[in-house]
Amino acid sequence: MHAAPLVALVGNPNAGKSALFNALTGARQKVGNYPGVTVERHSGRMVLDDGRPIELVDLPGAYSLDPSSPDERVTRDVVTGRGGFERLPDALVVVVDAANLDNHLRFTLQLIALGVPVIVALNMIDLAERDGLVLDPAVLERELGVPVVSTVAVRRRGLDELRAKLSPLLGGHPVPAVDRVEENIVVLQRRARTIAAAATVSETPARRWAHWLDAVALHPVVGPLLLVAILFVMFQAVFSWAATPADMIDVAFGGLEGWVRETAPDGFWRSLVTDGLIAGVGAVIVFLPQILILFLFILVLEASGYMVRAAFLMDRLMATVGLSGRAFIPLLSSFACAVPGIMATRTIEDEKDRLTTILIAPLMTCSARWPVYTLIIGAMIPNIQVLPFVRLQGLVMFGLLVMGVAGAYVAALLLRRTVTKGASSGFMMEMPKYQWPRWQDIGIGLWTRAMIFLKRAGTIIAATTVVLWLLLSFPKPPPGSNISPVDYSIAGRIGNGIETVVAPIGFNRDIALALLPAMAAREVAVSAIGTVYAIDDAEGESGTRAISDRLRGRWSLPTALAFLMWFVFAPQCISTIAVTRRETNGWKWPAFMVGYLFVAAYVMAGATYWLAVAVGL
Amino acid sequence: MWRVMVPDRLDTLPRHRRALIAAIDWTRLADPEARRLRELGFDEGVGVEVLHRASIGGGPIACRIGRMTVALRRAVAASIHVAPLAG
Repeated sequence: MHAAPLVALVGNPNAGKSALFNALTGARQKVGNYPGVTVERHSGRMVLDDGRPIELVDLPGAYSLDPSSPDERVTRDVVTGRGGFERLPDALVVVVDAANLDNHLRFTLQLIALGVPVIVALNMIDLAERDGLVLDPAVLERELGVPVVSTVAVRRRGLDELRAKLSPLLGGHPVPAVDRVEENIVVLQRRARTIAAAATVSETPARRWAHWLDAVALHPVVGPLLLVAILFVMFQAVFSWAATPADMIDVAFGGLEGWVRETAPDGFWRSLVTDGLIAGVGAVIVFLPQILILFLFILVLEASGYMVRAAFLMDRLMATVGLSGRAFIPLLSSFACAVPGIMATRTIEDEKDRLTTILIAPLMTCSARWPVYTLIIGAMIPNIQVLPFVRLQGLVMFGLLVMGVAGAYVAALLLRRTVTKGASSGFMMEMPKYQWPRWQDIGIGLWTRAMIFLKRAGTIIAATTVVLWLLLSFPKPPPGSNISPVDYSIAGRIGNGIETVVAPIGFNRDIALALLPAMAAREVAVSAIGTVYAIDDAEGESGTRAISDRLRGRWSLPTALAFLMWFVFAPQCISTIAVTRRETNGWKWPAFMVGYLFVAAYVMAGATYWLAVAVGL
Repeated sequence: MWRVMVPDRLDTLPRHRRALIAAIDWTRLADPEARRLRELGFDEGVGVEVLHRASIGGGPIACRIGRMTVALRRAVAASIHVAPLAG
């Protein structure tokens, strides 16, 4: 038996549920998954005034009990006790936006009809008052027949009263849910409007300043320019703000490596720790600042309400490839990482639309590619000024980013005409109110992402790096032989095999060696190349600078460009493949995705190589 | 006094002209679209106003319904018949 009663937070999207959840649970929360579905399960503990602990779970926002997307299905299943992956909640806290009662009360009426004890949190009451809306919670309480508490989650107002009124609802046995409730949305909606009108004491027209903001943000000409400017600042910030913290991490790992070198005796273990573990994991953790800055922007754009405006502006363009503006949000997240991006597609209602978005998400330049791009571009492309404020290295980086987007565009166009053919999906979204993001909520979001990244670096990336190091180190060539240690090793022999396949597109053995471990995660390619050179040249110094020097000596420019182009397309990420399998319930679509992307990578890298050779680079 | 004029369609309604929804042609909409439209509060007799158009040509429109702002495509807006309110 579960000791603590389960209380679920439910409500419409944009009702401020997550803010209330954060306010009630503070840092005592964990993010997991509902078994069998990839919808994130946010749960946390809170303590009632009488000392009873309860488990609070934050359900995905929904408009009704009639689900139209996977995350709305989770909400329906939990509150009706279906699905079997969650016990029936002992009580529901229904969160409604005080400024949008007309709409939110309809779902509330459906939830009350279920029979589970309900308490209504009349949230964001301060914003409603600012908009000139005066409400009478007592009338609402009488009309709905359940306790109503006014709350301002972001300012921690009304929380004590909420806890106090929640307490008496718990303790009885869980009520078996009514299976079907009022189906007719229109009937419920009319009742909701009547109740809302009764509870409204006075009202004046809404939100002038928000209309003014939208007049700029959604302007046919200014709006798109603003969006491009925001994206430009975002990508610019990722590179410029991250430089200092990244250097500090690099120095710290260098120091750690030096310390191990000095203190530990020379031999197998020291080499494993320095060349394998520290060099490999360090080469990846250096990119944590960039990833966090990108997520910071995405979280702020989402929390402020701008993200839906961006989707609105992008809808026209997305429609030309048979997608909707809604797909823009997961695709933008995919610039940080395709995994949360693919998970975010669960808000897309149309199945074909969602599938197409999943299939093209890996083409967005995720942060795992930057280590690869930065290293190769830094080593091989001269940093000359080509235009005022534009240097060649930055231009190549931007070109790769554009290449990914263009590839995604073409892929979506082709997919929607072939394998994911279907009626063009619609675009219908509620535009949330603009609001200042709460830094605590952004902080929690960043912390979660950082932990996921570090866990990945500490497990998948550390393990592949160490395995590669072992395969590269053994067997050792016999003394006096003039075969290089790498060529003689197991990995070297595998690499020579792969080389025959990739030689036609200009790849050398070092690249062939790096491609295999990079299947685990793209950024491993960097540490893999580093490990290859460290073992090949045991005397030399290690670190990013040393890798660059060696690259310049061994790679031709066409090879480097082909390698970059390969990484624009190649689906080298176990996590992406795994999340695609989970999201599409089977191996068919991940297999298709891996296949089409590898073919595209091979063709594009080959074309780049031969074109570069032809023009004499 | 408000004077109700000839029915018009939401996609052609001038910006900032307040109107009431006169009728919604549900048969022109796909099921999920129709349901989401209802869930967002579109119903006969409800006040509506076009706030923004994404671009000249076929982009989506943003309209006010109740106290919400909702984005929808013009094809959907074309199935919503409105009666403009004139002062």
